[in-house]
Amino acid sequence: MKRVLTFVLLVALAGASQVLAQRRDTDAQETLIRNATVLTVSHGTLENADVLLRGGKIAAIGQNLKAASNARVIDATGKFVMPGIVDCHSHSMLDAVNELTLSVTSMVRTRDVLNPTDENIYRELAGGVTTANLLHGSGNAIGGLNTVVKFKYGRPVEEFIFPGAPPGIKFALGENPKRSNFVIPTQPRRYPATRMGVVEVIREAFTRARDYKATWDEYNAASKRGEKNLIPPRRDLQLEPLVEVLEGKRFVHAHSYRADEIVALINLADEFGFKVRTFQHVLEGYKVAREIARHGAGASTFSDWWGYKIEAYDATPYNAAVLYRAGVLVSLNSDSDELARRLNIEAAKVMKYGDVPEEEALRMITLNPARQLGIDSRVGSIDVGKDADLGIWSGHPLSTLSRVETMLIDGEIFFDRRQDLARRPQLEAERKQLEQAEPNRVPAPGQPSATPRRPAQTEDDGGNHR
Amino acid sequence: MSKPGKFSDRGTRRRGDTETRRHAGGLKSLPFIIALCLLASLNIAAQTSATAQQGVLAPQGTYVIRNARVVTVSGPEIENGTVVVRGGKIEAVGANVAAPAGAEEINAQGLTVYPGMIDLGTSIGLVEISSGAPGGVDASEVGDINPNAQAITAVNPHSAYVNVTRVNGVTSVATLPLGGLIAGQAAFINLDGTTADEMAVVPRSALVINYPRVSTTSFDALFNPQERNVNEAVTTRDRQLEQVRKVLRDAEAYGRAQDAYARDPRLPRPEQDIVLASLVPYVRGERPVFFRANREDEMRGAVRFAEELRLKPVILGGGEAWKIAAFLREKNVPVILTGILDLPPREDDPYDTNYAAAARLQQAGVRFCISTGSAGQFVRNLPLYAGMAAAFDLPRAEAVKAVTLYPAEIMGVAASLGSIEPGKTANLVVADGDLLDARTHVRYLFIAGRRLPLTSRHTELYEQFKDRR
Repeated sequence: MKRVLTFVLLVALAGASQVLAQRRDTDAQETLIRNATVLTVSHGTLENADVLLRGGKIAAIGQNLKAASNARVIDATGKFVMPGIVDCHSHSMLDAVNELTLSVTSMVRTRDVLNPTDENIYRELAGGVTTANLLHGSGNAIGGLNTVVKFKYGRPVEEFIFPGAPPGIKFALGENPKRSNFVIPTQPRRYPATRMGVVEVIREAFTRARDYKATWDEYNAASKRGEKNLIPPRRDLQLEPLVEVLEGKRFVHAHSYRADEIVALINLADEFGFKVRTFQHVLEGYKVAREIARHGAGASTFSDWWGYKIEAYDATPYNAAVLYRAGVLVSLNSDSDELARRLNIEAAKVMKYGDVPEEEALRMITLNPARQLGIDSRVGSIDVGKDADLGIWSGHPLSTLSRVETMLIDGEIFFDRRQDLARRPQLEAERKQLEQAEPNRVPAPGQPSATPRRPAQTEDDGGNHR
Repeated sequence: MSKPGKFSDRGTRRRGDTETRRHAGGLKSLPFIIALCLLASLNIAAQTSATAQQGVLAPQGTYVIRNARVVTVSGPEIENGTVVVRGGKIEAVGANVAAPAGAEEINAQGLTVYPGMIDLGTSIGLVEISSGAPGGVDASEVGDINPNAQAITAVNPHSAYVNVTRVNGVTSVATLPLGGLIAGQAAFINLDGTTADEMAVVPRSALVINYPRVSTTSFDALFNPQERNVNEAVTTRDRQLEQVRKVLRDAEAYGRAQDAYARDPRLPRPEQDIVLASLVPYVRGERPVFFRANREDEMRGAVRFAEELRLKPVILGGGEAWKIAAFLREKNVPVILTGILDLPPREDDPYDTNYAAAARLQQAGVRFCISTGSAGQFVRNLPLYAGMAAAFDLPRAEAVKAVTLYPAEIMGVAASLGSIEPGKTANLVVADGDLLDARTHVRYLFIAGRRLPLTSRHTELYEQFKDRR
């Protein structure tokens, strides 16, 4: 009887795990990438090298590596392997970016609005990106909480979340939080409207957070002493993340442009005893590289964006080089679904503007952002034991003439150009079929369409889709 | 990194010598001469560095660029060649070319000479800071019909974008008005000059028409998308097109009336109208009309419209041009392709739709060139747009042509620009690597035979702060 029960249980378990097993089979499978030029990013470039991936990790790097007989073997002769690109500033996957109502929105989470079917994920994968720091927008002095993800396109959203990535929060300085360039109709003018006000908003929030923390510390101490009939303080979801910042448990990623606002935030952080983990954009960082280095903040910048607003007029493409030489940890980010598809070229630019060495240029889109996000023990370079997140490129990834062939995350293929090309006729046929379906038919030129191509508006929402 | 200081020094010495000679004859006291020389050189030094920044035209020198790989673009590459520049022109190019006496020698060992790049889709000099500083934005006039708005009258030769762009090897651009239906007239300029007239290659080079789009989505004051009935949207498009058609027809009639009056002054004197007058060369097909159009139906519409009105059309944008390549080729309508780095227009488009668009046009035999379509900030990256097209199957030599000779042809200036040939204007870029590679440094730059400093607002800010520790 007991045996039968065990058998039944086993069958049930096997059945349940079959779905998982199907999805996971590549995990256990080995992959051997053969005879590539490997840009490890951490320890130089290896010619004619093999990379062995096992269990989602990089198992070995070297020459003439042996793999299991059932291993997937990718001949990368003449090709380049580099770590998956880490984008330290992205808004991909976010169905909402800016909670524009308040100046302090530390209670909102990007985690709640992730769209795993965003087609830009796939496009960015096809440009070599495997990891992204999804940040709240820059509309508020203190914005919402971030999410670090791996671009496992096609998977449920839970599988995107980067396990164990330290949590972070978005801050924003300058024109955006003070709303220099836009008004929101129906909303009254919001405080702050100056850079002075931006600093005060952050100071006020941290003053409250410090009090809140003291209240909890007192309560916890009293509770620990065994005092009875204590009433716990009321939870404050706006202040909790700021307490984590004060405790060094949550990274501050501060959108910034001008030198003055960068220094003002450094001074404020010093006043409250917290660290700014990264200055984002930090276009005038080159003017105050010394102060940024001394504070220990990282800089995550654009390679060459400039001039599109007043606070970007003193931007120079030499920013990354100056910050790097001042000892600041520098990364290059996209802040754009479009630009994220070609961060390799953004890295190449810093070799032109300021003569950053090649390996450092590559680090600025791999290891450096991984360090800034506190995930460098897992990703950012090709080292044994790290996650098998890497890309196979047709040529040197810093050349404009190269393109991505294959992208792997945790040892599984998430993009492959050949597969992509092979799938196109089928998708094209499917599209044609859909276009010919009655509701989608385009009216003949000059002919009015009998029916609107989209469902008619209902009266109840006034067509606003709110 | 370029070494701007080096150039300034050289320039100073050269000019200083002339000054010295001019003054030395009538003066006897040596200390006085020395003092004067010092003063002069100080003064000139200040002038020269100002020259670099304020776009004061330098003299057209005589130069011989030796030991270079020369990518002529129009002819075969020359592995170890010489280019002679004199009087603003390319005087000679070849493997064995004698240098004229007194030419300044440039040893370009390990370097490559390319023709200056050309971007036909910019608004350089019309837009300084696009957001937050409307005082420096002059691209979009009020109203829909502004053919008499001429970029050449408003282009700012001292815009920071001029130097920032040219130091990367983009030496000429079309600068385009942007707003309304007929946005205005583009200027085709060299990126060098104190005045717009000095920059002008073709001051009124094209009429820019924003071909009206069937738009079923608009946004209300709260940024909420508003759906519009497709019939209503089509009607709006047709009405806008009719507006353009009417003013073009009026311009034809206006031109005929003016001509008739010129031939026979006994006729009633026709009224003068600056709007219609500005359109006459375009309705007579004497100059090109840039139709900003990206969707298939817009481009077909633009070509049909141009046929109907006997215009000389060029498609500006051309996002979906690859879909109607056969049609465009048959009609011999060129495309200024601006969207190579744009996201694909539809979510189910292949990821490389726009990267590969140039290769598809080329394969289909469509006349095209590559443009950034950027008002200013990305124009310096023009070679990287071509590079991306090359990564997605546009042959490399074609990619170089697409930013040099092809735009010159489309603009009708190929007799003087776009390739390295004797007699052409000496717009030259001497680089230490592949022009299309982001890592490549420009080492020497010539526009109209003037050797230009490799300085810009960006190198100046860099020099100012790079050593602050």
